Amino acid sequence: MLFNAPHPAEVKVLTRRFGLENSHSLDCYLANDGYKAFLKAMEMTPDQVIDEIKASNLRGRGGAGFPTGMKWSFVPRQSPKPKYIVVNADESEPGTCKDRVLIENDPHQLIEGCLIAARCVDAHRGWIYIRGEYRYLIDIMDRAIEEAYKNGYLGKNIRGTGYDFDLSTHTGAGAYECGEESALLESLEGKRGVPRIRPPFPAVSGAFQCPTILNNVETYSAAPSILLMGGAKWAELGVPKAGGTKLTCLSGHINNPGVYELPLGFPVRRMIEEVGGGIRGGKKMKAFIPGGSSCPMLTGEEAWDLTMDYDAMAKAKTMLGSGGVVIMDEDTDMVKVALRIIRFYQHESCGWCIPCREGTLWLRKLITRLDAGMGSSTDISLVGELAKNMFGRTFCPLGDAAAMPIMSLIEKFRPEFEAKLAGVSVVSPELVRIA
Amino acid sequence: MTFSPELEARFVKLMSNYPQGRQRAALIPMLMYAQDEVGLVTQEVKEEVAKRCGVTPLQVDEVVGYYTMLRSQPMGKTHLQICTNISCMLRGGDKLWEQACHKLGIGHNQVTVDGTVSLEEVECIGACSWAPALQVNYDFRHQVTPEQLDVLIDELRRVG
Repeated sequence: MLFNAPHPAEVKVLTRRFGLENSHSLDCYLANDGYKAFLKAMEMTPDQVIDEIKASNLRGRGGAGFPTGMKWSFVPRQSPKPKYIVVNADESEPGTCKDRVLIENDPHQLIEGCLIAARCVDAHRGWIYIRGEYRYLIDIMDRAIEEAYKNGYLGKNIRGTGYDFDLSTHTGAGAYECGEESALLESLEGKRGVPRIRPPFPAVSGAFQCPTILNNVETYSAAPSILLMGGAKWAELGVPKAGGTKLTCLSGHINNPGVYELPLGFPVRRMIEEVGGGIRGGKKMKAFIPGGSSCPMLTGEEAWDLTMDYDAMAKAKTMLGSGGVVIMDEDTDMVKVALRIIRFYQHESCGWCIPCREGTLWLRKLITRLDAGMGSSTDISLVGELAKNMFGRTFCPLGDAAAMPIMSLIEKFRPEFEAKLAGVSVVSPELVRIA
Repeated sequence: MTFSPELEARFVKLMSNYPQGRQRAALIPMLMYAQDEVGLVTQEVKEEVAKRCGVTPLQVDEVVGYYTMLRSQPMGKTHLQICTNISCMLRGGDKLWEQACHKLGIGHNQVTVDGTVSLEEVECIGACSWAPALQVNYDFRHQVTPEQLDVLIDELRRVG
């Protein structure tokens, strides 16, 4: 079972069953509040359930942070078309590994989250789109779904409530782009994962052109706890405009990497020093990514006094994103980091729109040259310019995701790019002295 | 073309997962599970799956061409994927990659001459907090050291 030792500073709500024996089983889930929230939802009206989610200030945990209650209320319930529930488990944002632990340790929590969402919009069919590399998680999820069917928690007339709901997994096949909601829907329908033009948004025309709720694994997984503890109480765990906890994945040069459930608004300093056990080797932090590699990067100094929530990160001109925190120490070669990041986005660009397809390729070529110590100072400016011109001009957010880290790297770490041209690397003070 | 009874049963279940008339949705899962059994997406697999999903073989080609995990070329008996993306790179994933290339004498998406092992430099596999990570077929290995990688490759080459 994949989870790290819990830390006392954690507020364990979604992860409260982790570590219990057979936490993935229906028995364990039922013995620990399992499916009570769904039965409660069945006694409420759909509007009451949505109001509870709205009161919780839950915001989408996939990266965009859109208020979940509002998203659910956009679905036209009176539409004669069937409504669908789709779970985005195409977790591929570099730095992010939280949906993995949620599915591995508590798959029934996700099933119950889907049931609650379904109840809100009168949906009777759902799919969990899981990235192909996570085959063992698809197996875990398939077994949990089978168990739920056998015991009457899925299928016809669920636990005597008269409500029907069918759910199945759907495997992806290796494409970062399919984490973007409209590309995911294309992929679900058996096509290439290219994004759709929006509007219409999935709430109105989603899977199979029917009204669809599409959220991240963590968002659905929060729903049962919100109904059980009450929206207002969940909201209190976080900060005014963003309620609850967030699964935060610490990775990079940190002593205790792992996935921790921290309340929104948790101070970065405590997160790194206390929860993460400090920077490896007692070194200084050079750079900080708050939520996956597509977020604009912060320098260590900029990050230390921030808090982990949507608004604080927006104020610092970056994003909370998916909760994939990547920490880089003083010895990190930032040109190499830039190159690795752009190689990823270039590889994953779907090729549908030109600014992204060409932009990521040219950025990759330029940064490869700079990393090799070739090129010129104008190339560095050109990288910044190219990224800036790509930003906001692509069909879907992948272009922005590629542009944002590169723009911030050039802006904040330009001397490192310049130093490479001079044939020295600023990562080693020794070499700088010799030069 | 015939598949194993288990796979046939899986296909029947898959087809029932989608709304009437939208069976094309089963295309990608069917290709993935068929590839697991056959080893690659052959022309025969493409035609069979196309027939079952009600699409043309060309539409299957479009899909196979898009997704990294769907392969038209045979891979090794064991497919070794090493992550070198940011979190893994910061903890030595790039060094593991070089080590594997050197030791196996092959590069990205290549197969050893004896066909036992194929290698791929993979993009983020969602193991960032347990980096550096790799996948042996579908199995994850976390916090891999150079010594462990050495032992692993020796073992893969021996047993194939």
